[in-house]
Amino acid sequence: MSIEIKVPQLPESVSDATLVNWHHKAGDTVARDENLVDLETDKVVLEVPAPTAGVLQEILIKDGATVTAGEVLALLNEGEASSSSVSAKSGTPAVETTQLPKNEASVSVKTSPAVRRLLDEHDLDATMVTGTGKDGRVTKADVMSFLKSDHSGIVTPGDPAPAIAGGEHVVALDRSEQRVPMTRLRARIAERLVAVQTSAAMLTTFNEVDLTEVMALRRRYKESFEKEHGVRLGFMSFFAKAVTEALKKFPVVNASVEGTDIIYHNYYDIGVAVSTERGLMVPVLRDVDQMSFAQFESELGAIAKRAQDGSIGMEELTGGTFTITNGGVFGSMMSTPILNQPQSAILGMHTIQQRPMVVGDAILARPMMYVALTYDHRIIDGKDSVQFLVTVKQLLEDPSRLLLQI
Amino acid sequence: MSRQFDVVVIGAGPGGYIAAIRAAQHGKTVACIDEWKNKDGKNAFGGTCLNAGCIPSKALLESSELYHRARHEFKKHGITTGDVGVDIATMQKRRASIVRQLTGGVAGLLKANKVEGLVGHGKLLAGRKVEFTPVDGDAEVIDADYVILATGSIPIELPMARFDDDNIVDSWGALEFEAVPQRMGVVGAGVIGLELGSVWARLGSEVTVIEAMDDLLFMADRDIAAVAAKDFKKQGLDIRLGAKLTGAVAGSGGVAVNFDDKDGAQTLEVDKLVVAVGRRPFTDGLLAEDAGIQLDDRGFIEVDDECRTRVKGVFAIGDCVRGPMLAHKGSEEGVMAADLIAGETAEVNYNVIPSVIYTSPEIAWVGQTEDEVKASGRAYKKGSFPFAASGRAKAMEQTSGLVKVIAASDDDEILAVHIIGPMAGELIAEAVLAMEFSASTEDLQRTIHAHPSLAEAVHEAALAVDKRALNYPN
Repeated sequence: MSIEIKVPQLPESVSDATLVNWHHKAGDTVARDENLVDLETDKVVLEVPAPTAGVLQEILIKDGATVTAGEVLALLNEGEASSSSVSAKSGTPAVETTQLPKNEASVSVKTSPAVRRLLDEHDLDATMVTGTGKDGRVTKADVMSFLKSDHSGIVTPGDPAPAIAGGEHVVALDRSEQRVPMTRLRARIAERLVAVQTSAAMLTTFNEVDLTEVMALRRRYKESFEKEHGVRLGFMSFFAKAVTEALKKFPVVNASVEGTDIIYHNYYDIGVAVSTERGLMVPVLRDVDQMSFAQFESELGAIAKRAQDGSIGMEELTGGTFTITNGGVFGSMMSTPILNQPQSAILGMHTIQQRPMVVGDAILARPMMYVALTYDHRIIDGKDSVQFLVTVKQLLEDPSRLLLQI
Repeated sequence: MSRQFDVVVIGAGPGGYIAAIRAAQHGKTVACIDEWKNKDGKNAFGGTCLNAGCIPSKALLESSELYHRARHEFKKHGITTGDVGVDIATMQKRRASIVRQLTGGVAGLLKANKVEGLVGHGKLLAGRKVEFTPVDGDAEVIDADYVILATGSIPIELPMARFDDDNIVDSWGALEFEAVPQRMGVVGAGVIGLELGSVWARLGSEVTVIEAMDDLLFMADRDIAAVAAKDFKKQGLDIRLGAKLTGAVAGSGGVAVNFDDKDGAQTLEVDKLVVAVGRRPFTDGLLAEDAGIQLDDRGFIEVDDECRTRVKGVFAIGDCVRGPMLAHKGSEEGVMAADLIAGETAEVNYNVIPSVIYTSPEIAWVGQTEDEVKASGRAYKKGSFPFAASGRAKAMEQTSGLVKVIAASDDDEILAVHIIGPMAGELIAEAVLAMEFSASTEDLQRTIHAHPSLAEAVHEAALAVDKRALNYPN
């Protein structure tokens, strides 16, 4: 019997989604829970799984179309495959393997053990890789060269469309141009970045932090921390705790603007910016003031992974009260982060560099980091922003103050 | 009214009879002409392979190996026998019987596929006509839409040691000795020379092999050749490298063999001299003056990579064209020609043709030797696993040899597999299949191999490429 495959419920702030691409075509046999199609919203990519095993009867909405919640995407004929089931790749029946890889589309493509391992490790779909082996099969060498090349979105004629396209990189081989439309995600990010500049009065104040004490602490307790808590002691937990303490002292930095109201939040949900293949994402950790260092590190690791592999939920990307971003991982020494509205402030971390500093009367090499606080001057005055940042600095330069909350 | 066929194949060896059957499977009317006559005067299909090459040599290799193992190895197993003897007449009868069964089998297959088997001489005329002269009868001209030339090759004769069908013989002659020669000389330490030398050495002959090249088995990988050299020496084969034959004279006492090596002129007295210095393409009486077929400077019929000659509609395959002189290469070219004639796309992958030498230990390889890979400039990695570390090989008392895998460093593609050891000729099939599918070493590493088996050695050698062998130190 025919089942309607519909667009799932979209999270609150999202009105519609773009149908990125179908992983099967009409006539294909699909297994239960196999991913049928990717839908892209402003923030995440949603998968639509097959509710039962059967044959995909008819596809009603094509790649690239905009869909709304509840819309019927396709019809699925429930039950075992009929005699004519054609795989996406060649005229042989779809092969169901017992170990279903993450992207189920590769089930119908014949792969060798090494290829399966590579696809699994890099979370790829066999259909994304051009095969040069026998009968067009994908070889290990094919996957390796795919990984080496910039695969985050180059679309050349004849290539199977990648499941999730970054669509931003253009490889100039000659002086011609290539017009690549922005992905929905990129377009949405662009819109918001422009909007914040016209609505908020953004300024950035700077300071520098001597991380000697933090690093000494980390060095001394690195092993026992990991042994006790099963998670690495990074820098982020120190910054998050310092920020939280400072936010308690300067509540307006934790507030947001709504029309002509200032909304003070009595909770501390810190977003941490993560760079993924799809673009910048800011997963939010809730009630950081109540977390221990270990809990923070553990939560951060888990949520960042979910952001990277695309399994993060919409609710995890919204509702933060403050954001921390770290340009230092890319080598940035100093920068002016942009606000993550409706938040009113964002802290930028940068590279740690040994610099000669005056300590007492001596000049010593110290591990220094420039920190930047971009803030919304509509509600945060210079005095608060500067003193907030100084507080963060002091707490980091003498971590015992974090312990004693002074 | 001349007879007409869609396809006429000249030659019913492994190239010709396969091409004929394949063409018939495509629904073509096919005639297959063959003139092979055995030493007993009877005609038989199957060409050199079935009558005077692959098959009879395998039969004798098997018999002689069993004899050798019975005499030298059985007591290790605790098997007691009296003095083990051998009756060459019976051995040869078995060999002849196997050959007869198989050649009869080819005749049967041709008939079953409705191929007209024509016994006699075939000659290509202009305009895709073939002149067929039966064994006893008058010549007739047959019209063909397509002709496939598959006349094979014959042993090269040396002017200073002409065959006398008695004591100076070619490989065919050596396969039909009626008694074990007390002393046997073999000129040429190639595949055929070594196989024949092995047979009679195992049966008790004192064998000396004279090889002009400075290296044994120059076409094989050096690591394999090194094991081969050691083992053959242990088996009593006296192999003289860098030795060039200068003359051979058959007399009443045997054959006086003269050759030059680094120490100067040498002589050797043997009872039988086998000349196995290679084979040349056989096109005697095949091509009419105006047939339009071109031969290259070594006598091979010139063809493109689809085995087409310059004459439209005429193909040539097997030993009479370029490429390794291997039966399976001829067969696959025969299939390709038949498929092309039927209008299908077809090709032969010349890069993945296995070579096998049926000595003991057996030798087999597919792909390039390490020296060839080095010369190509491609960065490579390699790994090997000795059969001495194989449980199965130990149980079989055949622990000599190794498996060697060579792969590209950049993308892990398998470039070659070389094997010397028990069942090498069978084990190589896995490597051929893997390379056909452009498999990587990792693919072999991640494929389960049964235990305990000789095939595990291939698995371990693949692991060794990445220094991950589990049953041998890396």
